[in-house]
Amino acid sequence: MAPRPYYSEPGDRLESVQPVEVSRYRGFTRANHWVTAFSLIALALSGLALFDPALYFLTGLFGGGQMTRWIHPIIGVVLFFSFALMFIQLWRLNMPKPEDTTWVANIGDVVKGREENLPELGKYNAGQKFVFWAMTGLIIVLIVSGVMIWQQVAGHLVSVPLRRVAVLVHALAAVAIILVFIMHVYAAIWTRGTLRAMTRGTVTGGWAWRHHRKWLREIASRDNKGPAE
Amino acid sequence: MNDMANSPTTAASNPPVQPTEAYFDARDVVRISATRNVPQPDRQLEKLAKLIDVSKCIGCKACQSACVEWNDTHPAVGENVGVYENPHDLTPDMFTLMRFAEWENPATNDLEWLIRKDGCMHCEDPGCLKACPAPGAIVQYSNGIVDFIKDNCIGCGYCVTGCPFDIPRISQTDHKSYKCTLCSDRVAVGQGPACAKACPTQAIVFGTKADMQAHAETRIEDLKSRGYENAGLYDPAGVGGTHVMYVLHHADKPGIYNDLPENPRISPVVEGWKGVTKTAGLAAIGLAAVGATLHGLFARGNEVEEHDIESADKLVKGQDPDEGGHV
Repeated sequence: MAPRPYYSEPGDRLESVQPVEVSRYRGFTRANHWVTAFSLIALALSGLALFDPALYFLTGLFGGGQMTRWIHPIIGVVLFFSFALMFIQLWRLNMPKPEDTTWVANIGDVVKGREENLPELGKYNAGQKFVFWAMTGLIIVLIVSGVMIWQQVAGHLVSVPLRRVAVLVHALAAVAIILVFIMHVYAAIWTRGTLRAMTRGTVTGGWAWRHHRKWLREIASRDNKGPAE
Repeated sequence: MNDMANSPTTAASNPPVQPTEAYFDARDVVRISATRNVPQPDRQLEKLAKLIDVSKCIGCKACQSACVEWNDTHPAVGENVGVYENPHDLTPDMFTLMRFAEWENPATNDLEWLIRKDGCMHCEDPGCLKACPAPGAIVQYSNGIVDFIKDNCIGCGYCVTGCPFDIPRISQTDHKSYKCTLCSDRVAVGQGPACAKACPTQAIVFGTKADMQAHAETRIEDLKSRGYENAGLYDPAGVGGTHVMYVLHHADKPGIYNDLPENPRISPVVEGWKGVTKTAGLAAIGLAAVGATLHGLFARGNEVEEHDIESADKLVKGQDPDEGGHV
């Protein structure tokens, strides 16, 4: 068995060479991502509805206050398992690597889009890794604190002082995860050519070269046993 | 035309034979859950209070029976586990509960049987109302009654989180929160609460808050003359005072009465959650969302350039992409 690649997943491969297209996420991972994404959006909307009276009207999206109260934790459980499945697929390449330090040190060049001053990277840059680990940590905090304040399930199991702490922690973590979510969506749109990785599953060679060169090099070196005729 | 009821001054009087109109209603609401800037009513109703004199209570549970009967709740048949409480806790069907404590007085070595009628205290500053996310599910009238409006309740349990006395209970049947209403429906037609009406020793009395405070004074004086030098009124200032008060023979130690809180107040955690966390959190989310949208619309994106495409092309063809190219 070939050793596990260092900068790419075994399934990442050249989809075509003329023009160059690289497969970044298989269909399962993309479906997994979108289930998680829509769960997160539904959770944010239903959660915000119960967070501030000014946003209570959002309960209308879910069929009223009682329905919102009922469905929010259920979607939370869906998201937790959906994300857990994604975690299993993504965690390896999200582990920190030495080049991440250089990347973060040159964050100014990142923001200005001067990729030529940045180190070559594997499948993820430090920003993407931050989003991954922030989501991981916050989802754990949210599911634990969320179950603790889930009246229907744990209402009689958790003491009132503990519930108070849980509800505060849940609110703080929710604010944080919404901020991370905004960052994630913004970065995906700002870095042109990224969204198709989660829609079609492929990225262009130019995109891969520009942003994740070590990833592309590794894939190219194992795939180009000669051009596909 | 029916006569308008007057604000009740006692629970002892019998109702008139003629039907009467309610003397207060939704127009007298001073606070509404999850609602900012509630228009204040033109009139201020006389503040009311229920006074529970613990020293006169004989633990007969007539108040519980009267409560069940008036509110037409149907508590499940209980189970005897060798304690006097029945049921074992407040439930969505039991808004008031006699709690029994056996306390050995270290000063006298006497065993004292302390019985406290537990239930909603009708705080002047209600934690349940502060925590509630559903507009109009909890209201406070200018006479001090804190009432749950069932139709607006969503069953989230935040009132439980907010309450300094652990009173509200959420029904697992209809997913609504329940607690003592201070018999707002009886009070509105000039009657006192059912529990006070039923109490055989008048340990529970009802009237204006001022009258109840004055009555408590006479009771405290009496208790002090009998050697209870720490007798006093429980009307905790931390929640702005309450509209259910206790006369305690050991007012210096409310905790011995089944953990009656010594200095109840809305928890700082709840205040922090409903205060700075909400304001700062929403501001941060709003700024981030608006900032990201504006920047996304007007700033130049990070575009893949021609030389990136060429380099990738060379790489996959097995050529050296860095050679002579743009690095």
